[in-house]
Amino acid sequence: MSTTGRAIHFTINGESRTVQAPPMKRLLDVIREDLHLTGTKEGCGEGECGSCSVRMNGELVNSCLVPAMQAEGAEIQTVEGLAHDGALHRVQQAFLQCGGAQCGICTPGMLMAAVQLIERNPHPSLAEIREGLAGNLCRCTGFMRIFESVLAAATNENIAEPKKVEHAR
Amino acid sequence: MKTTTTTRIVGAPVHRKEGVDKLLGRARYVDDIEREGMWFGATVRSTIPRGIIQSVSFDRRIDWSEFVIATAADVPGDNHIQLIVADQPCLADGIVNHCDEPIILLAHLDKHKLREAVDAVRVEYQPLPPVFTIEESEQQKQVVWGKDNLLKSFVLNKGDVDSVWGDAAHIVEGEYRTGAQEHLYIENNGIIAEWSDESGVTVWGSLQCPYYVHKTLIKVFDLPDNKVRVVQTETGGAFGGKEDYPSILASHAALLAKKSGHPVKMVYDRMEDLAATTKRHPSRTRHRTALDKDGKLLAMDIDLATDGGAYSTLSSTVLSRATLHAPGPYSCPNVRVTAKAWATNNVPYGAFRGFGAPQTIFALERHMDEVAAALGMEPVEFRRRNFLHQGDTTATNQLMREPLMMDELLDRALKASDYYAKRARFAAENPNSMVKRGMGIAAFYHGSGFTGSGERILNSLAGVEVTADGVVQVLVSNTEFGQGTNTVLTQIAAEALGIDYDDILMAAADTGLVPNSGPTVASRTVMVVGRLIERAGTQLLNMLREHAGLGATYTREEFFAACERYRKAKGDVVSLVRYEAPPGIHWDDAKYHGEAYPSYAWSVHVAQVAVDTVTYSAEVEEFWAVQEVGRVLNPVLATGQIEGGVAQGIGYALYEKVVLKDGHMANNQMTNYIIPTAEDVPPIHVYFEEIPFSHGGYGAKGIGELPHDGPAPAIVNAIKDATGVSFRQIPLLPEDLLTGLVAHEQAEAPASL
Repeated sequence: MSTTGRAIHFTINGESRTVQAPPMKRLLDVIREDLHLTGTKEGCGEGECGSCSVRMNGELVNSCLVPAMQAEGAEIQTVEGLAHDGALHRVQQAFLQCGGAQCGICTPGMLMAAVQLIERNPHPSLAEIREGLAGNLCRCTGFMRIFESVLAAATNENIAEPKKVEHAR
Repeated sequence: MKTTTTTRIVGAPVHRKEGVDKLLGRARYVDDIEREGMWFGATVRSTIPRGIIQSVSFDRRIDWSEFVIATAADVPGDNHIQLIVADQPCLADGIVNHCDEPIILLAHLDKHKLREAVDAVRVEYQPLPPVFTIEESEQQKQVVWGKDNLLKSFVLNKGDVDSVWGDAAHIVEGEYRTGAQEHLYIENNGIIAEWSDESGVTVWGSLQCPYYVHKTLIKVFDLPDNKVRVVQTETGGAFGGKEDYPSILASHAALLAKKSGHPVKMVYDRMEDLAATTKRHPSRTRHRTALDKDGKLLAMDIDLATDGGAYSTLSSTVLSRATLHAPGPYSCPNVRVTAKAWATNNVPYGAFRGFGAPQTIFALERHMDEVAAALGMEPVEFRRRNFLHQGDTTATNQLMREPLMMDELLDRALKASDYYAKRARFAAENPNSMVKRGMGIAAFYHGSGFTGSGERILNSLAGVEVTADGVVQVLVSNTEFGQGTNTVLTQIAAEALGIDYDDILMAAADTGLVPNSGPTVASRTVMVVGRLIERAGTQLLNMLREHAGLGATYTREEFFAACERYRKAKGDVVSLVRYEAPPGIHWDDAKYHGEAYPSYAWSVHVAQVAVDTVTYSAEVEEFWAVQEVGRVLNPVLATGQIEGGVAQGIGYALYEKVVLKDGHMANNQMTNYIIPTAEDVPPIHVYFEEIPFSHGGYGAKGIGELPHDGPAPAIVNAIKDATGVSFRQIPLLPEDLLTGLVAHEQAEAPASL
């Protein structure tokens, strides 16, 4: 809504964007309010729950704790940037098959943490998965289906051809 | 025991209906939705637990002309939330009865201006003495609700408890307490409301029960039914926490919308949601148990008290379920449960998964271990000796007509967990280890659906419709909030109609579109509403066979062609059915006798726990959950329900402490209200047995609440097995374990000379 602030340039989901925002505006609000990418969620606003997790310059960050000015020149990926070629990302496919998403509100952040983990460590152990997802709280699943989803995505075992989806990038 | 019924879609692990939208981040939760010209709302809340409002002033540093301000005086109808007893004001009117009670509402175009404005409203009070505990409320020195602080009481009586004490070989007593628990759905409460003079109030929001919100808005705005429309948006977790509270928030947003002339969005932040919304009722349960010389139960005398908070909300029905679950899955000729819900000046407590049962099951299943110890019996064998079997009667004299398999569930749990071998190993290892390990069990049931006559009173209506566009829709007001309503009801409709899962959509949970099929609570959706959808599907096929020439077997194309012939001949292709109680269901609400629930789900939990005697932390190392829940309609979703419930139960036992300071939640942040993380939850092993229930949707019984009932007693029993110390309250955070273990050591130490 506000046009005050300064111009901030970054790349998000492969697209170059410029927004006018106060430098201390939360990156979460820039993503949701200015760019209307509402897949990224707010759960606590204090970096505890991980629902607002996005990837920025190859790091997993809580976007509720990142001031907009820190995103200057950054490469950002949100949940909207995971599916490609009109199909789910294999991590999304694994979550679909294994029941990794229930209410779905932690799911975007959880997916970003899972993708980050697998890109850093393509064959994580269960202990490494637990550690990699420890910053993302889920209240529905008890995490078992999520661990199974990440293991399945990492090993590619029993994962179907990613589902084709309409209107995905 | 496996079902032999052949089904195509029911029982298959089909993918979550709305799963792809959630995974792509395009599912629309309330805070993702904007309306044209939308403003934002915020709430000025009481800073004291009890008092008379003397004055309200608005700091002049704020330009109040930009704001819309609403108070109780702006309520056009009844200023009360319509639950069971309409005692809770929509906005406080002259008096406050708890901290964080809503008093004044503010709306502004810019949500970032609201926080400062809320802080700039000063409310002066004449404080009144508050009551914070069950004991203070019982004493009635201060009467803070009604004539005597008593929100509700029940007495359940079977046999003659008072006749047996003299003959009993053993009498064992114990007192057990449970703390409040926060739902901690990751999506906070949120509502968007609009007002127009022509169509009245429309609200969209994160909620479980559209028709509950509808009932309140009709009264608050004094409007006819058709001038209030409630639409559920994608809901990011609920667990009971969005059963009663959304009626309050919807009223608030709608009051601001009416007064401002703009759509108004109110979405709580985490601190406000934690401080102001409902939690699980704290409880105190006293057991006095008589046994014969063989360890058979002679009498159970149970005294239950809950803290209901400042208003009655759902305390009476929570107390009812707590009462009916207090005696558990045991056969006992003489049972008395005396139950009371007390008012305090705490924030009102409300619905939470299990709805009173986790409280009384904690007490019972801890007590059963204490009784076994007093008798010198193994906890397993003591339970086995007293389990209910088919043909027995429960504490309400309900005859167990359906097959019942507690022994088999227990056997399977013991075997899966390697219970006896582990107990022996830990007993050998513990004396030489700083980490003490133990095994604990809990055995329990959970009644499916509304209590007693509840389902008859709800009189739910649900159905299926084939639209002119050739879309098959399931028509229910039951909502999806992660537990799988959309998926399993679609599976049931597809199975009944003989078409594909992907051919069927869930109609929006919108009171303007769907009939009232009851609230999405009480583990009733698949059993009760699922059965309605199954019947509606069968009825639709009969309509198509009778009036549109549908054959005995048919292809998908023939099905839709028959629908179009029916439409031309008879009109809308809609099949609605109303609830019919299973035969033989009789309930006497005055005596608390009869069929308390049409069916029960049964379960045995085993916890393996390690207690670190250096750090005083307890960790669940592994967990086994064995249950009989009727037909499992979707194994992936059902397993996820059990695992999630167990994790929430682990939090209830070991992590989650609501710290109240003068009636205000002092730790209202995720930083210091701790729930189990990915590193805390142990491997959870889930096993199902299936005895299809003839009156549930394709044989299903309830499943959602069951898994929250067992973890706390199983874990605390395991802590006793590990340490020898009997803890009788939860939660048990390290400081609580320290206190208990040190006190035990001091008591055990030889007196110094």
